[in-house]
Amino acid sequence: MKYIIAIIQPHKLDEVQKALEDVEVNLMTVSSVLGRGRQKGLTEVYRGAKEAGNLLKKVKIEIACNEDFVEPAIAAIVKGARTGEIGDGKIFVLDLYQVVRIRTGERGGHAIG
Amino acid sequence: MIDSGDTAFVLVSAALVLLMTPGLAFFYGGMVRRKNVLSALMQCFTLMCLVSVQWVLYGYSLTFGPDGGPGIIGRLDWAGLSGVGLLPNEEYSATIPHMAFMIFQAMFAVITPALIIGAYAERIKFSAFLVLTVLWATFVYDPIGHWVWATGGWLRKLGALDFAGGIVVHTSSGVSALVMALLIGKRVGFEQRAFTPHNLPLTVLGGALLWFGWFGFNAGSALGAGGLAAQAFVTTNTATAAAGLTWALIEWQQDKAPTVLGVVTGAVAGLVAITPACGFVGPLSAIFIGAVASILCYIAVTRVKGLLGYDDSLDVFGIHGVGGIWGTLATGLFAEKAVNTAGADGLFFGGVHQFLVQILLVVVTACYASGMTWILFKFVDAVVGMRVDKHSEIVGLDLTQHHESAYTVIE
Repeated sequence: MKYIIAIIQPHKLDEVQKALEDVEVNLMTVSSVLGRGRQKGLTEVYRGAKEAGNLLKKVKIEIACNEDFVEPAIAAIVKGARTGEIGDGKIFVLDLYQVVRIRTGERGGHAIG
Repeated sequence: MIDSGDTAFVLVSAALVLLMTPGLAFFYGGMVRRKNVLSALMQCFTLMCLVSVQWVLYGYSLTFGPDGGPGIIGRLDWAGLSGVGLLPNEEYSATIPHMAFMIFQAMFAVITPALIIGAYAERIKFSAFLVLTVLWATFVYDPIGHWVWATGGWLRKLGALDFAGGIVVHTSSGVSALVMALLIGKRVGFEQRAFTPHNLPLTVLGGALLWFGWFGFNAGSALGAGGLAAQAFVTTNTATAAAGLTWALIEWQQDKAPTVLGVVTGAVAGLVAITPACGFVGPLSAIFIGAVASILCYIAVTRVKGLLGYDDSLDVFGIHGVGGIWGTLATGLFAEKAVNTAGADGLFFGGVHQFLVQILLVVVTACYASGMTWILFKFVDAVVGMRVDKHSEIVGLDLTQHHESAYTVIE
């Protein structure tokens, strides 16, 4: 089992979601986050006071899946999120130790989907 | 002779109408995505500044000034408000200072171009917006206002009835909005997904402020604190209420649940439709006008727009265009001399002629406003460029056009 964390451009969420559905990865958790990579933040100005290098709004997608789904999910995220511009984001893949379905108490690969 | 009651009423009404523009800003601001809410507020607020100055410098004179041709446009005799004094202008309003009439009308000139903001929301370049708006106020609003409302205006001479601006304000802006939506094109991602409103409570607040301010707009157009103002006040409230209810009921039947956005939208459609009629029709006619306004606008917004596929982002045409046209025609159906002797009898009271005049009013306004808007848009697009680049549109107008954001994510 793997835990995939993807940080993407907010406006690409729909396309990523669609691409993931196409490879039958339907379960995910999405949150709105702030972040910056090598891309510099945008400057904001309030009554003349400049706020440089503000963090940029990004969307974080978290997916827990069994091994068979890992590569298709990664490919789907890349397909949906890539513009080729700086700031497209990153995908992190972690080993997942355990999954528990709260309703039934099931554990492991059965509980994941 | 100046009547202090009338003057107080018209000045307060002017302030009420001013409040409609920030009301509209919240109404629109709630419906756009969170990255564009400031741009909607900014555009509305800036118009209060921009058109107020244009109006004093020459807009009032073009619209209401002494006729400079066969009812087409006012002369610049009153530019800079020269000759607009503290005594009444007998032709427009015999009991209030000319200055009070001028500032009351200024608020109408401010909100009219603001209505169009909903059509090109979330993708217009701010600089282009400023240039286009000044041109639109000058070449579309001022002439149409002159035709319909000025003494000597050619449509007024024909007997056109537009109590508070169903033609001059709503039809002109609604039709122009459709042209602008078509010319500026769809928002990025419009084909892939529905854009949901980011803050409906703001929209409800804006809708409520519009309803409140509209009493100044409609009852204030009686230009006196008397029976006619009370009549217009009651028809306005009644039509709006009927329209809000109707929209909710349609949604309940069609879409399984009445929505907050629906009931507010319906109320605004009712406000628009009763505007030309409010001082000429009775309260039961007002109920009918409001209810039918919701039916027609609902069809325009949820069916026709989808079929034709244009991105009139916040439905300016569907509400103000369709509602304004319906209200103007309805004035030709339901107007009664029994309500207002200065009005006329509509079709349902034996006045065939009045109905034909109202049809002419709609056709002329729709053709002129759409044609002129097309020319102005093409001109500004060629000189300044109307639309922001794709990257700016994706990041949002708040950050790219104004270097601010409305909401922080952390703290």
